[in-house]
Amino acid sequence: MLLEIKNLHVNVEGKEILKGINLKVNTGEVHAIMGPNGSGKSTLAQVLAGREEYEVTKGEVFYMGKNLLDLPPEDRAREGIFLAFQYPVEIPGVSNTNLLKTALNEIRKYRGEHELDAMEFLSLLKSKMKLVELDQKLISRSVNEGFSGGEKKKNEIFQMAVLDPKLALLDETDSGLDIDALRIVASGVNKLKSKDNAVVVVTHYQRLLNYIVPDFVHVLYKGKIVLSGDKNLALELEEKGYDWIKAPSDTVEVVS
Amino acid sequence: MSVTETSKIEELANKEYKYGFVTDIETESLPKGLNDEIIGKLSAIKKEPPFMLEWRLKAYRHWLTMEEPHWSNVKYSPINYQDLSYYSAPKKKPQLNSLDEVDPELVRTFEKLGISLEEQKRLSGVAVDAVFDSVSVATTFKEKLSELGIIFCSMSEAIQNHSDLVQKYLGSVVPYTDNFFASLNSAVFSDGSFVYIPKGVRCPMELSTYFRINAANTGQFERTLIIADEGAYVSYLEGCTAPMRDENQLHAAVVELVALENAEIKYSTIQNWYAGDKEGKGGIFNFVTKRGACRGKNSKISWTQVETGSAITWKYPSCILLGDNSIGEFYSVALTNHYQQADTGTKMIHLGKNTRSTIISKGISAGFSNNSYRGLVKIVKKAENARNFSQCDSLLLGDKCGAHTFPYLEINNPSAQIEHEATTSKIGEDQIFYLNSRGIATEDAINLIVNGYCKEVFKELPMEFAVEATKLLSVSLEGSVG
Repeated sequence: MLLEIKNLHVNVEGKEILKGINLKVNTGEVHAIMGPNGSGKSTLAQVLAGREEYEVTKGEVFYMGKNLLDLPPEDRAREGIFLAFQYPVEIPGVSNTNLLKTALNEIRKYRGEHELDAMEFLSLLKSKMKLVELDQKLISRSVNEGFSGGEKKKNEIFQMAVLDPKLALLDETDSGLDIDALRIVASGVNKLKSKDNAVVVVTHYQRLLNYIVPDFVHVLYKGKIVLSGDKNLALELEEKGYDWIKAPSDTVEVVS
Repeated sequence: MSVTETSKIEELANKEYKYGFVTDIETESLPKGLNDEIIGKLSAIKKEPPFMLEWRLKAYRHWLTMEEPHWSNVKYSPINYQDLSYYSAPKKKPQLNSLDEVDPELVRTFEKLGISLEEQKRLSGVAVDAVFDSVSVATTFKEKLSELGIIFCSMSEAIQNHSDLVQKYLGSVVPYTDNFFASLNSAVFSDGSFVYIPKGVRCPMELSTYFRINAANTGQFERTLIIADEGAYVSYLEGCTAPMRDENQLHAAVVELVALENAEIKYSTIQNWYAGDKEGKGGIFNFVTKRGACRGKNSKISWTQVETGSAITWKYPSCILLGDNSIGEFYSVALTNHYQQADTGTKMIHLGKNTRSTIISKGISAGFSNNSYRGLVKIVKKAENARNFSQCDSLLLGDKCGAHTFPYLEINNPSAQIEHEATTSKIGEDQIFYLNSRGIATEDAINLIVNGYCKEVFKELPMEFAVEATKLLSVSLEGSVG
């Protein structure tokens, strides 16, 4: 098992956002986490990546047998977790290339692999650029600075391609993308998908799941997974909206 | 910043100053205090011609009429100028032909700093005039330079061997009446560097001096004079580190640059003197006057500085743009941490027609430090078509430090075009987490962000200096942020 989340409770600024999440992810699987705005989807993705402001109050998370919550965020990345941000951050003056070379070599050092020299790194970059049809100019520009929304998202997937994670968390990667960019981003993810890694897609809409087809769909509502199913669940949600799942859950909450 | 981050800042603040050690070389010093007799002795030790002693005494007498200025945005306890020793030199005054003759202890000191002379000589083709305390003890590449007619020597040697040039230019940019610390320097300066590039000569290598303050309680008064004759070019590098000391050490240097017609001088500084400990105890007072005069048409002077050291930094490398079409540039990174204070910037004085100036200033404040940019752009009435572009950015690390900007503009000609941009920002938790999530630890993440922020200035530095500056920033930030 790659990832196992047990009864995870998380507070953000004193307010409980996740109220007992249980989830198992195996290698080779694609999971989609769906839900209305404010249900805690992004919080789940960020807490797995190690965002410190998010306080875990209860529960456990195991990643490849290790207690994930003991690891600082950089070590989680070095262990193979990658978060594609919903809002990728701009870092003025730091080139994409510089960021990626630093990141990749930190990860390789952690794993006891030799650090790549400039030539090795460059040839790796070139091969990965093709995967996401990234404009060559973007890799020498400052990280995300002045990038369009679509370029930022492509850049996230490009970084994922270079860092080659075992567990990729895609946080609303489809938001702000036009249909062409969506297709490129999704095909990049599909090419990176293998039997040795897993992808968790966090999304509000079903449309991304037309391209990245999930094995499991989970519906998050008010901090809990209220429904799980296969890819047909996503289609059902698309058709009916989120209202029909809200009612029973609210009732449960009233009862509890 | 969050609580966790602030505590990380405090945790990392416990790291020690990397370059804090004392070299065990015996020093020869004059007794503490300042009077005519001390100045006479100093001049005699240095075997100076009479005009020098006369000039020093004039400066001293003028200094006595002056009061220590206090307009800058820095605070320090009063300095007792009679409690300082105004001269200290390594006791064994070696006459050296090669590096092999340098005191091995000194060589080891340089090696600890990662600036071994051998390496410099071998790798980078840099001619190094190393100033250890106040006397030059090693000079290299002199022969190669002299073939081109370039003079690169200590100020003491220049006073003895090139007194005509010294007499003509010394004090011509920064007169001995200029300001309190410049007057003091004129009276008691012990050594420094002298460069003369003859007409039409392009200096083929970067000229470099490493300064180092060593003896306790010895004020260091360096004097540097660089003259680029018509059509000449020179790039000069100045780098400094100092050993750890409890007492504050006063450093009041003067640097004068003269660029004649079509000449260009590029002056780069890395300043990393001991900044005091994390409680703000000790550290160097760096009160420096640096000024360049673009005397001739189409001349250019460019200052680039990376200031990370000193308890207090107080300096404004300036350009007097006298020649028509002359250009002045100022690129600065000033980093303050713990209780360091910096009040630094530039003055661009536009006197000639079509003169242009550029100011790029990047302040970084961490810990409890205070960092001020202070800059003057002055355009006189007859300076037609003057242009200035200023960009002053401040970056705050943590929430206990301060950043201030004091831009002064005096525009007396309506044809002037002036642009001023200023920003203040904080390193965001978002940026740090983003880099963390890519496998980069927080300290490295901050280094990456800060170096990115300084990129515009670093690209103005000569290659080997840029590498050193990047390293230095990381070392300086080690004690600051998490």
